[in-house]
Amino acid sequence: MIRHVAIALLALSTCITASARAEPVIVDLSENFVAITAGFTGTEVLLFGTTEGYGEVVVVIEGPKEEISVRRKEKVAGIWINGQQVDFKEAPAFYQVLSTSSLDEWLPLSVREKYQIGVEYLDLQPREEIGAAEAAEYRAALIRNKQRIGHYGQVENRLKTIGGRLFRSSVYFPANVPVGIYEVRTYLVEKGKIVSTRTMPLTINKIGIEADVFRVAHQHSALYGIAAIVIAVMAGLGGNALFRKG
Amino acid sequence: MFLYLPIAELSVNVFVILGLGIGVGTLSGIFGVGGGFLMTPLLIFLGIPPAVAVGTEANQIVASSVSGVLAHWRRGNVDFKMGSVLLVGGVVGSTFGVWLFKLLRELGQIDLVIMLSYVVFLGIIGSLMLVESIRAMQRARSPARRRKLHQHNFLHGLPFKMRFRKSKLYISVLLPLLIGVFVGVLSAIMGVGGGFVMVPAMIYLLGMPTSVVVGTSLFQIIFVTANATFLQATFNQTVDVVLAILLLIGAVIGAQVGTRLGSKLRGEQLRGLLALMVLTVCGKIVFDLLVTPDDMFILATGGGH
Repeated sequence: MIRHVAIALLALSTCITASARAEPVIVDLSENFVAITAGFTGTEVLLFGTTEGYGEVVVVIEGPKEEISVRRKEKVAGIWINGQQVDFKEAPAFYQVLSTSSLDEWLPLSVREKYQIGVEYLDLQPREEIGAAEAAEYRAALIRNKQRIGHYGQVENRLKTIGGRLFRSSVYFPANVPVGIYEVRTYLVEKGKIVSTRTMPLTINKIGIEADVFRVAHQHSALYGIAAIVIAVMAGLGGNALFRKG
Repeated sequence: MFLYLPIAELSVNVFVILGLGIGVGTLSGIFGVGGGFLMTPLLIFLGIPPAVAVGTEANQIVASSVSGVLAHWRRGNVDFKMGSVLLVGGVVGSTFGVWLFKLLRELGQIDLVIMLSYVVFLGIIGSLMLVESIRAMQRARSPARRRKLHQHNFLHGLPFKMRFRKSKLYISVLLPLLIGVFVGVLSAIMGVGGGFVMVPAMIYLLGMPTSVVVGTSLFQIIFVTANATFLQATFNQTVDVVLAILLLIGAVIGAQVGTRLGSKLRGEQLRGLLALMVLTVCGKIVFDLLVTPDDMFILATGGGH
């Protein structure tokens, strides 16, 4: 982590001195590919950047869109079962907002709504025709559950600023992180308006044996099933032979 | 040490899973049950998605049953003829079970059905076994009375009779076939070998001698769970081989230990012990179903709903 920061700061300082044309905001990630390997237990990616010394910075990290179903639990004959279901199409699988200070103070609601900055401003539309109050309840449930498993962020003002120009923060991707292509959008805000935007991709994917197993299981399911049985039979025979000798 | 499971899509502590495998494998060897009835709920308690727990457990039981049956075979405790009849029924049943599993998964009710099945079957079987073993222990103290080989009832009037020499039985094949189908369905839906239903059914319904029951049960479980594994992998993609390998390393070791232990312990006490274990797991699931959830909503991702 310290090494990452050092490299980042070094890269930034060269950036600032060498850059002939001044960019209002420059931002980068310590990695733009997160590999999910056998030993993956979650990872931190460092986000860092610099401004020209004016404005506030807000960064949105958004995962691929997917359909998420929210089910309400109902008590039937004393037992909790899955009852009514509401589907949200196009919900981000992952969503975090980082900002230099509390957003409420300098980012107007209209801007937050337009650019979907903050979980409460996400454009989540239920597929089913339900009342507004009910829809709000299901939306809140979706966000709350996503926050609990670490897919949606809870605190926003986590960007540390250094000397009024440099900013950095670590972004944590938990072990259960959804795979796909993420988008990291950085906005420079001055006087309540977005004056500059930077967008960059971040790819999170399985690699190595884990990826192969997943691919074979989904593309060659029958073969995968047979292989699973063969492995099990061999293990059973092997284990028995081993113990018989011993 | 943590390992990422590619199908379950989460990372688990390797030693926890290995320990589970050894523990449940030991029980499996002692009692001649696949051990799935304990392992599947425990995996679910650990956070493995229920559908993946069920599919993967079927795969692991193939290994523990192969390992277990060899020890019984060497002692001549497998009735292959009876086993074959049971497994024909079992293959039919597990095929139907996987189809039902897929349907329930699409309806979003598979978790509930898995849990309720556990409550019903573990509750009934556990209570019956407990009562039976208490009675047996009481009988052992009082002067011994000569028992008949088995009771004759209406089941012996059914057609298509067949002779099973090893089991010393001359009964209709319809009954073992039906038992096989029923246990096959359970096997697919609950991620179990079905030994906990099969063993009592063999003793009480078929009237098989206790000595061949465990070996014969293990023999047919191999084929039924192999069929379930294949179909779960093909239709539901819920078999996690990485998790299965971890579990079966533990299970194969445990099964050997268990088989040795089993021959040194007394039957009725064993049965009483298993009954208590079955009822404990059952009680925990009932508790989970009744307790008010922390959040009144749950999420499900992806299509198929």
